[in-house]
Parts: sequence; C-alpha cells; structure tokens
Amino acid sequence: MVAQIKMPALSPTMKAGKLSKWLIKKSSKVVSGDVIAEIETDKATMEIEAVDDGVLYEIFVEEGTDNVAVGSTLALIKEDSDTEDQLNSLFEKNNDNNLFEMDKEKIPEINSKTDKAIHDINFNEKNMNLKENITKDERIKISPLAKRIALKNNVNFSSLSGTGPHGRIVKKDIEDFIISNKNITSIDSYHKSSSDTSYKDVIHSPMRKTIAERLVKSASEAPHFFLSVDCDISEINKIRENVNKGDTKVSVNDFIIKASALALKKFPKANCSWNNDFIRYYNSYDISVAVAVEDGLITPIVKNVSIKGIEEISSEVKLLASKAKKGELSPEEYSGGNFTVSNLGMYGIKNFNAIINPPQSMILAVGKAEPRAIVSKNEITISNLMTVTLSCDHRAVDGALGAQWLNKFKDFIENPSLMLL
Amino acid sequence: MVKQIQRFHREPIINVIIGFKMTNLKDVIIIGGGPGGYVSAIRASQLGLKVTLIENKELGGICLNWGCIPTKSLLKVSEFKNNLDKFKEFGFDISGEITFDIEKIVKRSRDASKKLSSGVKFLLKKNKVEVIKGFASISCIAEFIEININKDNGNNEKLETKNLVIATGAIPKSLPRIENESDRIWTAKEAMIPKKLPKSLTIIGSGAIGIEFASFYNDMGSKVTVIEAEKNIMPNEDEEISELAKSIFTKKGINFFNNAHLQTIDLTKNNAISKFKIDNKIHEIVSENVLVAIGVKGNISNLGIEKFNIKTENGHIVTNNKMETNIKNIYAIGDVTSPPWLAHKASHEGVIVAEIIAGYQENHELKKEVIPGCTYSNPQIASIGLTEKQAKQKDIKLKIGKFPFLANGKSITTGDTEGIVKTIFNKETGEFIGAHLIGSDVTELINSLSVAKSLETTEIELMKTVFAHPTLSESLHESVLSAYDKAIHI
Repeated sequence: MVAQIKMPALSPTMKAGKLSKWLIKKSSKVVSGDVIAEIETDKATMEIEAVDDGVLYEIFVEEGTDNVAVGSTLALIKEDSDTEDQLNSLFEKNNDNNLFEMDKEKIPEINSKTDKAIHDINFNEKNMNLKENITKDERIKISPLAKRIALKNNVNFSSLSGTGPHGRIVKKDIEDFIISNKNITSIDSYHKSSSDTSYKDVIHSPMRKTIAERLVKSASEAPHFFLSVDCDISEINKIRENVNKGDTKVSVNDFIIKASALALKKFPKANCSWNNDFIRYYNSYDISVAVAVEDGLITPIVKNVSIKGIEEISSEVKLLASKAKKGELSPEEYSGGNFTVSNLGMYGIKNFNAIINPPQSMILAVGKAEPRAIVSKNEITISNLMTVTLSCDHRAVDGALGAQWLNKFKDFIENPSLMLL
Repeated sequence: MVKQIQRFHREPIINVIIGFKMTNLKDVIIIGGGPGGYVSAIRASQLGLKVTLIENKELGGICLNWGCIPTKSLLKVSEFKNNLDKFKEFGFDISGEITFDIEKIVKRSRDASKKLSSGVKFLLKKNKVEVIKGFASISCIAEFIEININKDNGNNEKLETKNLVIATGAIPKSLPRIENESDRIWTAKEAMIPKKLPKSLTIIGSGAIGIEFASFYNDMGSKVTVIEAEKNIMPNEDEEISELAKSIFTKKGINFFNNAHLQTIDLTKNNAISKFKIDNKIHEIVSENVLVAIGVKGNISNLGIEKFNIKTENGHIVTNNKMETNIKNIYAIGDVTSPPWLAHKASHEGVIVAEIIAGYQENHELKKEVIPGCTYSNPQIASIGLTEKQAKQKDIKLKIGKFPFLANGKSITTGDTEGIVKTIFNKETGEFIGAHLIGSDVTELINSLSVAKSLETTEIELMKTVFAHPTLSESLHESVLSAYDKAIHI
C-alpha cells in the first residue's frame, strides 16, 4: 500500500496549517515512528510521524507552505511492494488541487504570540469577508442568480448546501436561508408565513452548524462527569453593595469568572485539554463566557483573568456580550479559552449540567442565587446560596481533581477576600 | 398471509420453490402510455424497476396520436401554403391554380403519428417494459396495490404492484348546457381529420389549441371566427403578445370576439349558429363547423379514484411536488394532474416519478416557471416564466427588453419579419423572470432561454453569450441588451 501523509487537524476546528519543515528528504528511507515533517499553526508546532516503513516517494507540498488545508496530501510513502500504477494514480489525483489558498488576510489572526492555545477558528458568518467565498481552488457550485442574491443580502454561501443538481446552490436555497434567518426572531411569524402550518424547515445557519458539530463531538467523545456544590454568596453581595453604590456595577458572575481563573491557577492540572496522544496543560487563564445570541450562543473570552481585577473583568464582559449580540466579535475574541462559565441563573434555573466546550476540559454551570434554609450547628439559618455544577472531561480530569478544584472555587466565592491575595 | 407475501417477495428463490404467484409483483404499474406514462416506464425500467405499462388505446397518448404531433404536421402544410402564396416574392413564376387534397394532408399527419407511435412501441420493447392493452382500474389497496385490467378480448387480469403511477391524461372539456351531438361540432380530434375543408369555422376558445386550428384553417382558406370569453386572446400569454397576435391574425383574416360568452349553438341543415353575449348584447355567427377548444379535464373516471378516495380538484388529481397523491405509493403525472397541461411537463414528471420510486434522493422539484409553453400557429408564440402582469402583481421591479424581428438580419433574408422577443428581468437581482416571443420559429428559440432560466442565469450571462450571426436567436440577445438600454440594432 502506498501511504499518503496528510495534513492533520490539530484541533477540531482547524481548517489549514503551515508545513514548516520536511525532516526527511525525498527518496530517503523512513521507518515507522520517524518524524518526517513539522506542522505549524499560529499556536503550536507539531511533528508528523511516519506510520509505515518505506521510501518518501514524492513531496507535494513544499517546506514553508502556509494555509495547507486539513486533509490535503503532503507526501507519499512508497512501500517496496507498491507498483508504479498505484503511485501514478495517486500522483495524478494529488497533483492538481491540493492547497486551500486563502489569502493571508482572510485567515483570522488568532492571538498574541505568548499564547499557546491551539489555533481554533470559529466561523462567524458576519465576520467573514464575502470575498472569501471565492477561493481559487474550492469552487462553490452556485447559480449566477443565487450568487447575486447572496451578495446583495450579505449571505455567506460558502457554508450552505445547495439543493440543485450536484449540490448546486440555487436561488431557493439563498431565499430559504434569508427567510429562515429572519424568522428566527419570531417563532410566531414563521408559523404564520408557512403554507403548511404543521412545520417549517429552517436551514442551518453557520452558527447552528458550528454549535451542532462542536457539541456533538464533545458529548460523544468526552466522558462527562458532574460535580455540584452550593456556594454562599453573601460575602460577594456585601462587596457588590458597596461597589455598586458608585458608578461601577459588578455582578456575581464577574466574581465567578475571577474565582474560576484563580482556582485553575491553584490546580494547574485542571487547566488542560485532551488530545489523542497527549494532554496539553495551559499556562494561560482565559475564561470563555457563554453568551446567548440570536439563533445560538457564542463564547467570547476574557483573557488573562488571573491578573485582572473584578472591575476590569466586569467591563470586559459587558463589552464582549454586547459585541456578541450585535455579531461584531472578531475571531480572536471568541477563539481559544481554557475554561467556560455558563450562567443560567438569570432565567431562574436552580442547577444544570453543561456540555464541555471543546477542546476545554471543564465547564461550570451556574444556577440562580437565592436565599435558602440551611442547617448548621443544629440551627436553621438563611443563606444566600447558589448551586454550581462542574462538568469535567474524565479523560483529562479525574474526580478528585475536579472536586479539589470545585472546593477551591467555592472557597474563593465564599471568601472573596482570598481573591485579593 | 400478508407478511408471508412480503417475505417471499424479498427472497424470490424460496418464492419460486413454494410456487407463490406473488413472483409477479410489480415495482411499478403505469396506467396510460402517453408522453408522461411511456417516458416514466422507460426511465423506471432503466433504473432496474420491474414495470408494466397499461394503455387502453394507442401508445403515445393524445400528444402523439391526437395532439401535438398530427397538428404540427397540419400546420407545416399551412405554413407551406403560406410560402406558396409568396412565390413571386421569392422569384418563382408558377402558372395555373395551386390546389390541395385535404385527404392527403390528413393522411400525411396520420402517418406521422403512426410512425412515432410504433417508435414508442419499439422503445418500450427495447427497454423491456411489459405493455398490456386494456382498461386498468384500482381494485384493491392493501399491502400492495391491485390493478384490474379489462382486456380488449373481454378477459380480466389482476396484477399487484408496489407503486402505481396514474398517467391517464385528459380529454377536451365539453360545453356546459350545449349537448348537441353533431358532427358539425368538433373537438380537436375531429378538427384533425376533416373530410373536407369547411368554408367557415367558429372556434370557441383561444388557447393554444384554438389558435393553432384557427391559424391552420384560416391559412387553408376557411373563414375563421374565434370566440374568447376573456379580455385577451391566448389569456395565458403576456398581454402585449396577445394583442400583437390578435392584430397579426386579424390582418390575416381571422375574426375575433373577446369578452364573448357562448350561449347556444343551434344546428341547421348545413350550418351551426353560435350565439354569444358581449356586454349583454347577443351576437351570432353562422359557420359550417364549430370547434370547441375550451380546455381539458382529467381522465379520472372508472379508475377507482372515487372508490379509494384519491383526492381530486376540478376534475384533476391533486399531487404534491413529488407527484404523490394522498394515497401512499400512488402517484399521478401529466394532464390528469394540475396545469400546465403540456406533454413536456408530463414527460419530465414521468422521469421524476420513476427516480423517486427508485429511491433517488436528490431534489426533484419541477418548477412551473421553467416550463415553456408553445403555440405552433403562424406566426408562432412561445413563452417561459412570468408575464409582465404577473411579475408586477408580485411587486417585482422590472427591466423589460423588446426586440422586433424586423431588425434582425436573418428575418429579413427569410422574409419572416413579424413578431418580437420580449424579455423580463428583476431590476434588483437580475433574475431572468420571463420571455415572451411571437414570430417565425420562436418555438425553437425559446429553448435556449429555457436553459438560461433553468441555470438561473442573470442578464449578465445572457449579455455575455455569443450568439451566432446571422440567426433569429440574435434577437434574444438584443432583447436582453435592450432591457438594459444596450441594444445595438434598434
């Protein structure tokens, strides 16, 4: 068998990467396990190992080539038994359209160089340049009329699937997409506008697709376990009372974000992500905050939380949430993150279990804070309690670690002065 | 029992050993061998389905035997005669009277039908479609659909099928309140096989059929009167085209009455007197024959449609965009369903239904706006998509282009300079909304616009297309250019 060396996906959402270096020359022998090339994303460099013995027969992608699409064949390894015909057919197939030649400017710049998080492109339709639809090699089948209507209505058709012959995007697909996007704001309106009132098919928006892909992956691959604890927020409320008298308004959630980052700092083993061959431990404390937006949710990131004050966190969250709702987040504002906080307390939810935001290993589901009767020292007292539930990826975080983290978190919440230390 | 049958069907070898008659279960039975049914049968067979076609009369249906085909043969004759009338213009000198033999003309058209009908028979055979002659009706719907066939020899046969396609077509509507049975009152079929050329002919209805016969008989020398209940002749066409058609046909000698509502047809020894009302005023026209061409109704009688509650509306079977009726595994295509009642629509639906039954997953919807309509009169009329009026009713902002054949080089050389090409675009999106043509050979020109419409081209692609010179098709190009004020030759 001829072995094809392909561009690996270093993260679930990675689309392209740079082939930084070939470590083995063309026509050289390789033995299974040899490192043959280095791949670079904005955040990390990875090595590609040979899985077969043979000869590096052909190199399709030169050293230093950027934006090589995930899955593209980089090289062929020939085994002794391989015939020329087998090689030739693969050769032809790979020789024409291999590269995913997006212009550099179109690839969202992810972050600062200090950050080691994995290159992770979330596609946000509104942030995508429409010109990106027309990449040289990835021809999108779309009728001229459909294209014109899409451009006119700022519809990013590159992610739409067409209903015309061979998946060609036709007028109806764009119109359906526009209608479904409009109708999402009001369930009533689309029931009324439909001729068959019993149902209405809404084509997936890019955001829905991303949510579906990522969460299915997480729910099906990551073995989740859940830990719950009640936190008394009386101390936090006291601080808020004082602070909120002034111009600054801070929320309990701002404290939760801070406490999460500090608990991660105390338990760095929990600040990690599972990969097939290794667990990556982060040195950053970037907290993703789930924000509900029209037709879905997005998780903008408050970066370097451990070194930021509550007020700074608070104003940053407000800014990110408002940008998220307007669809104005730039990719670096929602790509990456080490840990996610999802708060449904404002909807009166007491407690819930959240699905981990991949590739992260933990997510904290925050319920409503309310006065509850508790028994302590044989007396019933009233405390302001909030139930939080931590979801952990058992591949990377075990029960004891999760529990320790959660206790630390609770400690910070109940004794917010510790966060000053 | 039922379960057994199903299992045995899945395992035909066991089936044969045990000798169950259910080996004869069909994948598809198609009732009707017209352009919908026979095309569907061939496609179904190509897809590996076991298919039986049941036809009561001739293969090829109305279209091939009593519609599209023989009338085109007749209209070629009248076109020919028209050209003969212009012989001097073309430099000929023919002395003596030119006469024709209507019997030979009719025979020629019948021969064309026969030739094509035997062609259909051959194609079905080649594609291994079982063809049974007889009248089919649904006799039972259970696990499978049972069809009873009354054969010509008086025998009955019952067949079971997993899927049924009703493709029984339509027959001409008769006039309500007028029940005179007389060979003076024709349907299209009688008009196709006249024993002699009538001195005068009154045609009720000015749709495609009415206009084609009006054109034929007028060209051949009959005095033709057309009575139309609507404001315009050819009410389905763009108003501008209707008006232009009316003026051209009037110039050629056809007499039109619009907004005219037929009251009675009285018969005398040699004539039929058609009485009709316009604005409460009664008019009458005396003619040798009357042709009733007021539309068609679906062939839905005695099929078991009522018995099994297959939903119909105004005499046609109701289907969704997958050709499905309200009963599972029963489909209907072509004229027995909703309009447009056109052979090419039936054939397309035939292919689609075969592919749906065979399990093809792709999107099969046949959009009505991409189905062209043609009238083969002299001059011809062809159209696709929305009329100007329909587009305006949808509040679409329009760009409209028009180009007369008078300004087309090829038209000048052939002497056929009547008519125009009208194209309509959505001003905002460039969508090619519709085209409406009248003139010589426009029924051929329309097809390139059908391709354009089907591919969802905008004005830009049409403008960039290089049309060969000199051709009539250049008028399509110029019409599109004129919609955007870029026409060169006007």
